[in-house]
Amino acid sequence: MKSQPKLIAAAILSAVTAGAIVGIWTIYPYARAGATDAYAQSAPTHTLPPAKHGGVIVALCDGVTHTEVTGLKPGQPMSHAQALAVTSGLMAEWQRTHPGEKWVMAQAGEPSAAAEAAAPGAAQAPKLKSQQGDTYASFHNRDYKIWQAETDAFVEQGNQIFHSAKLLGGTIGVSCDMCHPNAANTHPETYPKYQEQLQKVALLRDMINWCIENPVKGKTLDPNDPKLRALEAYILAQRKGTPLDYGKH
Amino acid sequence: MAIRHKSVETKFYEDRERVLRALRNCDRRTFLKLTAATMGAVMAKGLMPPHTFQLVEVADAAVTKGWDSAGAQGSTPFRFAYISDAHLYERTLNQRFVRGIVKAVDDVNALDPQPDFVLYGGDLAQLGSPAQLELGRQILSGVKAPIKMMVGEHDWFLDLGEKWQELFGPPTYSFDWKGVHVVVLQSVYEKDFWSARKMTPQERMQTVAGLDNGIQSRFEVGAAQRAWLTKNLAKVPATTPLLVFSHSPLYKYYRNWNFWTDDAEQVQAILRPYHQVTVIHGHTHQMLFNQIGNISFYGMLSTAWPWPYAPEGLPPLTIQMNRADPFDQFDGCGDGQFTARADGLVDTIYNLWDRNPVTVKASYLVSRGKVDRPPAPQFASY
Repeated sequence: MKSQPKLIAAAILSAVTAGAIVGIWTIYPYARAGATDAYAQSAPTHTLPPAKHGGVIVALCDGVTHTEVTGLKPGQPMSHAQALAVTSGLMAEWQRTHPGEKWVMAQAGEPSAAAEAAAPGAAQAPKLKSQQGDTYASFHNRDYKIWQAETDAFVEQGNQIFHSAKLLGGTIGVSCDMCHPNAANTHPETYPKYQEQLQKVALLRDMINWCIENPVKGKTLDPNDPKLRALEAYILAQRKGTPLDYGKH
Repeated sequence: MAIRHKSVETKFYEDRERVLRALRNCDRRTFLKLTAATMGAVMAKGLMPPHTFQLVEVADAAVTKGWDSAGAQGSTPFRFAYISDAHLYERTLNQRFVRGIVKAVDDVNALDPQPDFVLYGGDLAQLGSPAQLELGRQILSGVKAPIKMMVGEHDWFLDLGEKWQELFGPPTYSFDWKGVHVVVLQSVYEKDFWSARKMTPQERMQTVAGLDNGIQSRFEVGAAQRAWLTKNLAKVPATTPLLVFSHSPLYKYYRNWNFWTDDAEQVQAILRPYHQVTVIHGHTHQMLFNQIGNISFYGMLSTAWPWPYAPEGLPPLTIQMNRADPFDQFDGCGDGQFTARADGLVDTIYNLWDRNPVTVKASYLVSRGKVDRPPAPQFASY
């Protein structure tokens, strides 16, 4: 039985945190190996023991603390009251196994001067703490640089595709940059919006695909295609600092 | 051209002045031909003085080619048309861009009366290959009016202009037309960025073809051509209207996209003594106008695709064209028509396909936007 469907509690507790972790990790397999696996298949998952009494395993997003909800069949929903009871129980269990520690939520901003002083540069990693929040509590400048390099590499892949009819799969020699130098007038900050010509609400990727299919005369890309993801990354990167203004016409 | 009422006396003296000016400037042989033509026409029409000077039409036509503009004060109004930036691939690869330039050829052929000439503003080819340039020549051979060619960077950087010059002749030249001195420049020379990088001709061409490709150098007219221009203008008096064609704008708009000519100030300095100077350029694929000192600039449309306005540097007098609809191939594209007026200034019509044409009168630029302001766009760039 796969563990992913059982992570209900994790989703309830901290959907934003979980999303951010997934977002950071998924860049690696693609950027490193150039794998063409779809995004969904490349996300890391928690490994949890199988249910012993025919119920469903529900885990915290630390990937360790878990419980089996007996009487619940896989795929069957919990009531709101039951879900609250299960998650409260998991949090209590985490507190019991981590006496005197706080459940730390995602840390925003730069690493503290104290943390940097304790671990200058890449010389030594901070002492590992066994609590939720380790991912964000224990990084320093070297991590920042790695993340930045990985992000830049991803954007650069998009840059290459954006400027190449061949990589876009175009058949008439047309590439995106011919009409959109530096991705000008792609205005990703205005999506989602009702696209009059398509008669529906469009995302940026819908417009990218429209352009690939029509002026570029290529085949539309799957939403999880690494090329489409890289194109989105490049276009968004060109608009860094532009306020989001979805729906703007 | 504005139709204004002129008294019989005014017309008479204008015609008389033109004939006398023409006679002053023609050599003996031309004079004899002119006289004979005038006499012949007099006989044919059965006209007697004081109507003689109506025949200036004949006289004027006879001296046009050998026009020495010394002493010229004004010019005879005329119209010309403009097609630019077709960016053709081979016909088998890409029909879209073929449709664009063919539409423009149809436009100018439908003009009635026909323009005196059609200027092709550069970037006939997308990647400068012989097949692309030959396809362009074949399509442009369908233009009924005489065609004048200008080169663009997409035509040039595969073989550094070899094929283009074989097909169309020198990229720099001048001619005189009804009292206006016309100059066509090669404004897209670039300093060598390719040798040190060991680029193939194809790589060099591909690099220049990328508008946002920062590896390439900036466009320039260059010292040699500036010297040519100085010499070419040496005998042209400051009162003669100048009409200059360049592919890139002869001013600095946006460096990153080469909406730019590096030695623009030096070229402007050469043109500064002249009272009426109009520079018409392609390359920027958008409605664009500017006034710097005595020089009025018009940036013209592409037949292939429109370009967004650059994020900075837009000349303040420019009225943006409406944002283009990507779902309509022809929107934001088009061609142009001009009227060179009697006062030596040039009115411009942006013939935007699938939209109303936009007329920009010379008075709008010369007055620094005080009069004749074209309508503002409904949808500007993002």
